[in-house]
Amino acid sequence: MLPAWLIFVASFGYLFLLFAIAYYGDKRADAGRSIIANPYIYTLSIAVYCTSWTFYGSVGRAASSGVGFLPIYLGPTLMFTLGWFVLRKIIRISKVHHITSIADFISSRYGKSHLLGGMVTVIAVIGIMPYISLQLKAVSTSFDVLLYSPGLNGTEGSGDFLLLGDTALFVALLMAAFSILFGTRHIDATEHHEGMVAAIAFESVVKLLAFLAVGIFVTFGVFDGFGDLFRQAAAEPELRSLMTMEDADSGWVTLTVLAMAAIIFLPRQFQVVVVENIDESHLRKAIWLFPLYLLAINVFVLPIAFGGLLRFPDGGIDADTFVLALPMAEQQPWLVLFAFIGGLSAATGMVIVATIALSTMICNDLVMPVLLRFPWLRLTERGNVSGLLLGIRRGAIVLILLLGYLYFRLIGESYALVTIGLVSFAAAAQFAPAIFGGIFWKGGTRLGATAGLSAGFLVWVYTLLLPSFARSGWLPVEFIEPGPFGIEFLRPYALFGLAGLDHISHSLFWSLLVNAGAYVAVSLAGRQNTIERIQATVFVDIFHQPGNEAAARMWRGSATVADLKALAERFMGAGRVHEAFTGYARKHQFDLDRMQEADGELVQFVERLLAGVIGAASARVMMASVVKGEGVGLDEIMEILDEASHVLEYSRQLELKSLALEEATEELTAANERLKELDQLKDEFLSTVTHELRTPLTSIRSFSEILHDNPDLKMDERQKFLLIVIHESERLTRLINQVLDLTKMETGSMEWRMAEVDMKSVIEDAVATLSRLFDERNVALAVNLPDRTSVIRGDRDQLMQVVINLLSNANKFCWPDVGRVTVTLTAGSEYLTVSVSDNGPGVALKDQQQIFEKFHQVLDAETGNPMGSGLGLTISRRIVEHLGGRIWVDSTPGQGSTFSFRIPTPPSPVN
Amino acid sequence: MAKSVLVVEDEPNIVLSLEFIMKQAGYEVRVAHDGEEALRAVEEAAPDLILLDVMIPKRDGYDVCQTIRSNPAWEGTRIIMLTAKGREVEREKGLALGADDYITKPFSTHELTQRVKEVVGGG
Repeated sequence: MLPAWLIFVASFGYLFLLFAIAYYGDKRADAGRSIIANPYIYTLSIAVYCTSWTFYGSVGRAASSGVGFLPIYLGPTLMFTLGWFVLRKIIRISKVHHITSIADFISSRYGKSHLLGGMVTVIAVIGIMPYISLQLKAVSTSFDVLLYSPGLNGTEGSGDFLLLGDTALFVALLMAAFSILFGTRHIDATEHHEGMVAAIAFESVVKLLAFLAVGIFVTFGVFDGFGDLFRQAAAEPELRSLMTMEDADSGWVTLTVLAMAAIIFLPRQFQVVVVENIDESHLRKAIWLFPLYLLAINVFVLPIAFGGLLRFPDGGIDADTFVLALPMAEQQPWLVLFAFIGGLSAATGMVIVATIALSTMICNDLVMPVLLRFPWLRLTERGNVSGLLLGIRRGAIVLILLLGYLYFRLIGESYALVTIGLVSFAAAAQFAPAIFGGIFWKGGTRLGATAGLSAGFLVWVYTLLLPSFARSGWLPVEFIEPGPFGIEFLRPYALFGLAGLDHISHSLFWSLLVNAGAYVAVSLAGRQNTIERIQATVFVDIFHQPGNEAAARMWRGSATVADLKALAERFMGAGRVHEAFTGYARKHQFDLDRMQEADGELVQFVERLLAGVIGAASARVMMASVVKGEGVGLDEIMEILDEASHVLEYSRQLELKSLALEEATEELTAANERLKELDQLKDEFLSTVTHELRTPLTSIRSFSEILHDNPDLKMDERQKFLLIVIHESERLTRLINQVLDLTKMETGSMEWRMAEVDMKSVIEDAVATLSRLFDERNVALAVNLPDRTSVIRGDRDQLMQVVINLLSNANKFCWPDVGRVTVTLTAGSEYLTVSVSDNGPGVALKDQQQIFEKFHQVLDAETGNPMGSGLGLTISRRIVEHLGGRIWVDSTPGQGSTFSFRIPTPPSPVN
Repeated sequence: MAKSVLVVEDEPNIVLSLEFIMKQAGYEVRVAHDGEEALRAVEEAAPDLILLDVMIPKRDGYDVCQTIRSNPAWEGTRIIMLTAKGREVEREKGLALGADDYITKPFSTHELTQRVKEVVGGG
C-alpha cells in the first residue's frame, strides 16, 4: 500500500522537523525570548503522558474490556482537578531548590542523601524499562503492520527489508540518537530544556490530530456516525457486553489510583510537570486544559475499537493495531501514514523525555556521587567536567534504550501494550509515600524513606517483574504456580494467600502497604539528623518561608568569588557561568570584579546553580571542597529556622485574631443595620398609626365645632353630622383596639382564652351581628354550614373577630344591591376550613400577599380610595397563625375573591 | 364675586365638613377626590384656592402642587396643604414645592377659616 521508502522518508522527515523545533526553541530560550512560556504549551507538554499506549493500546484495551481503558485517564483528571495543591507544592519546592529530577527531589528532602537518590534512580530505571519496551514494541509493530501485513496490503510482504532485520533494535538505536540530540547537546545553566518541551508540545498536537482523524474517518467515513456504529455494535452480543461495566470493573479503582500517582511520579511526568515548569501560574490553566486534552484523545477510542471488531470479526487482526488496520483496510494510504506518524509521535515523545529524565538521574544521582567517592579521580580538582557529564548522560540514554529493547525481546512479545505499561505505573507508585510524606509530614526520616522505598520496590519486583520473566519462560513456571520451592504462601500472584485480585491490584496492595508501613514505622522509631530536619522544615513549610535568609547563612563567607566561578565553570562552561554571575551581580547591584570574598548569599546562589546541573547532593559535596573553614553549625541553622517558624506562627495567629475581630465587627455592623431597619419599621408604623388616628379625629373635631358654632342648624343636618361624629368615634375606638391587639400579639402579651370552640356557632353569631350591615347595603349573604358541630381549640372571641373581619370586608367591597357573599364551613379530617366568597372587584395578583401586611390598604377600584383601617387582615392572620392555621386569598380580579382560613382540628375527636 | 375653593380630599366625611365650612365662609366650593381629578378641575377652571390633602389616591398632594406651580397660567391659584402627617419635614417639603400654607389635621375650624382668609381674602 505504501512503499517502504515513503514510510522512512516521512518518519525521518518528521523526526528532523521535531529536532528543528527543539533547536529553534533552545535558540529562543538563549535569547531570552521563550516560546514555551505559556500555559498552553505547558499543558501540551504534560500530554506526553499519552504515549503509544494511549494511541494504540487504549483501543486494544477497549476491544477486550470496553470502558476499562478509562481509569488511566480518570486518574490524572482527578489529580489535576482535585490534587492540584499537591502539584503546586511540589512545583514550588522544586523551583526554590532547583530540583532536577524526582530522584533529586527525594534525596534533597531527606537530607540530601546520596543513597536515596541512587535508589530512586535504580527503581526508576528498572521500573520504566517495561514502559520503554512498550514504545519500542508499538513502533516496531506499527512498522511491521505497514510493511508486511499481507492480509491488509493485498500484496505479499516484501520479506526482510531492513538491513538489520530487527525493527525494534533499529527503532531503539534511532531513538537513542534522537534523545542524545535533543537533551544532551550541552549542559544547561538551568534545569530546563526549553527546546525539548517545545518539540514535545508539537508532538502532542500531532498525535491528537492523527488520532482524531482516524476516529472521525472510522465513525463518519466507514460507518454512518456514532448512532450507526453503536447500533451495529449493540447488535453483536459480544460487543454489547463491552458497553457495560461488566468486563471493566476488575481493578477499576486500582487503576485510577495508579494513574493518579503516575501523572506526577513517572520520571518523565515529573520532568515536564515539575522540572520544566517555568511559571507556577501556568498550573492554574493546566488544571482544566489537561483533562480536556485527555477527553479529546479518548472520545474516539470506543468507536475505533467497535469499528475494528465489526470490520475484522474473525479476530485475525490484533486490536492494538486497529488504528492503522482500519484505514489500511479502507485503502486510505495518506490517513495510514498520518496515523503512523501520530503513533510515532506518541512513542518518541515518551522515549525522549523519559530517557532525558532518567539519564539526568543516572548522571547526577548515581554516577557522580560514586565518582566523587574516588579521590584518585580528583574530580573536585579537575578542569572542565561538563564534557564528562555529557558523556555520562549520553551513555545512560543508550543504556536505558538497550535495557528497554532487552525487556521487549525477553518479555514484550507475550503481553499486550497496556499490561506492560501498568507494570511501570506500579513501580512509579512506590515513590508516593516518600513524596507525600515528605511534603506534608516533617517527621519522615531518611532511614524511613530508604526502608519504605526498598521494601516496596522488592515487593514490586517479586510480584510483577519476576512473574513476567517466569511467564516468558526465563524463569521456571513453577515460580508462579505452585510458588517458589513449592511454598504456596509465597506465590507471587497470591502472596500470603491473598487471592482474587488482579495481578496489578495485588502487587499494588502489598507493595504500597509494605512501603508506607516501613516508611512510617522506621521514621517514627528513628531520629532525624540536623540537615534532615532543616530540609524537612524547608520542604513542608515551603509556603511559609522567611525567604532564603536562613539557608544563606548556611555558608559563612570564606570562599572567594574566583573559586566559586572556577568551580561552576567546570560543570557549566565559562559562557553560561559568566552570564549567570553578571545577572546575579546586576540583580544585587554590586561589582563582581571588585568583590573578593563571596558572602553567604552568593555561595548559596552557586550551590543552587550547581544543583540544577548535578543535583543537590553532589552540589553540596562540591561546594564543601571550595568553601574553606568551618561552615555554620547545622544546629545554628536549625535554630534560625525554628525561630523563623515561631515568628511566622506568631504572625499567623495575629492574622487569625485580626480576622476574627474583623468578622465580629462585621457582625456588629450587620446587627446594627438590622436594628436600624427595625427602628425604621417602627417609625413607619407609628407614622401610619398617627395618620390613621388623625383622620377620624379630624371629622369628629370639625363636626363638633360646626355643631357648636351653628346652633341654628336644621334638625336633619344636625342629625347627620352627629351620626358622623358617632361613626367616626366608633372607627377611632376600633382602630385603637386593633392597634393594641396587634401590639399585644407581636409582643406575645396577648391573653388567649383557649377553649373548645364550635366553629359553626361562631359563624352563626357573626352572621347575626352583621346582618343589619348587609341589609343596609342590600348585599345577599348565604350561609353554608354542616349539620354537625365542628369543634376546634381556640379563643372564641378572636375567632369571631376573624370571621366578622372577613364578612365585613366582603360586604364593604361588594357593590350595593348586586353583591352576593357566601360563607362556607367545611370540616375535613385534619382541618376546619372557613371560606368567605364575594362577587366584588377581586384582589390584584400583586396585592394578594401584601394585603395581609400591616396598613396595606386595598384601594377602591372605582374611586381609588383606601377602604378600612388596613389592620383587620393583619390581625386575622396573627390569630389564625397563632392557632396553628393558615389564611389566604384566591381571587381573579373582576370576578370576586374568596378569603379562606383553616384551623387544625384536635387529634382526638371531641363530641 | 365669591372666591372659589377647590377641596381635594379623599375621606368623605372630611370633604363634607370642609365643604360646609367653606360654604359658610362664603366661598364657592368644588370637590375632587384624587390627584388626577384635582388637576382636571384646575384645568377646567383655575380656582382661587386649593385645600389640598397630601395622602390622596393616584397622584399625591405634593405631585399636584408641583404640577400646578410649574404652569405659569395658574400663578394666581393659592394652595393650602392639609395633612394628617404632622412632621416638620413634610411641612417644609410642602412649602418648598410652592404651597402657601400648611395645616395639620385635625384642625380648628376657626383657624382654618382664618388662614384661608389670610391667603385669599374674604369670600
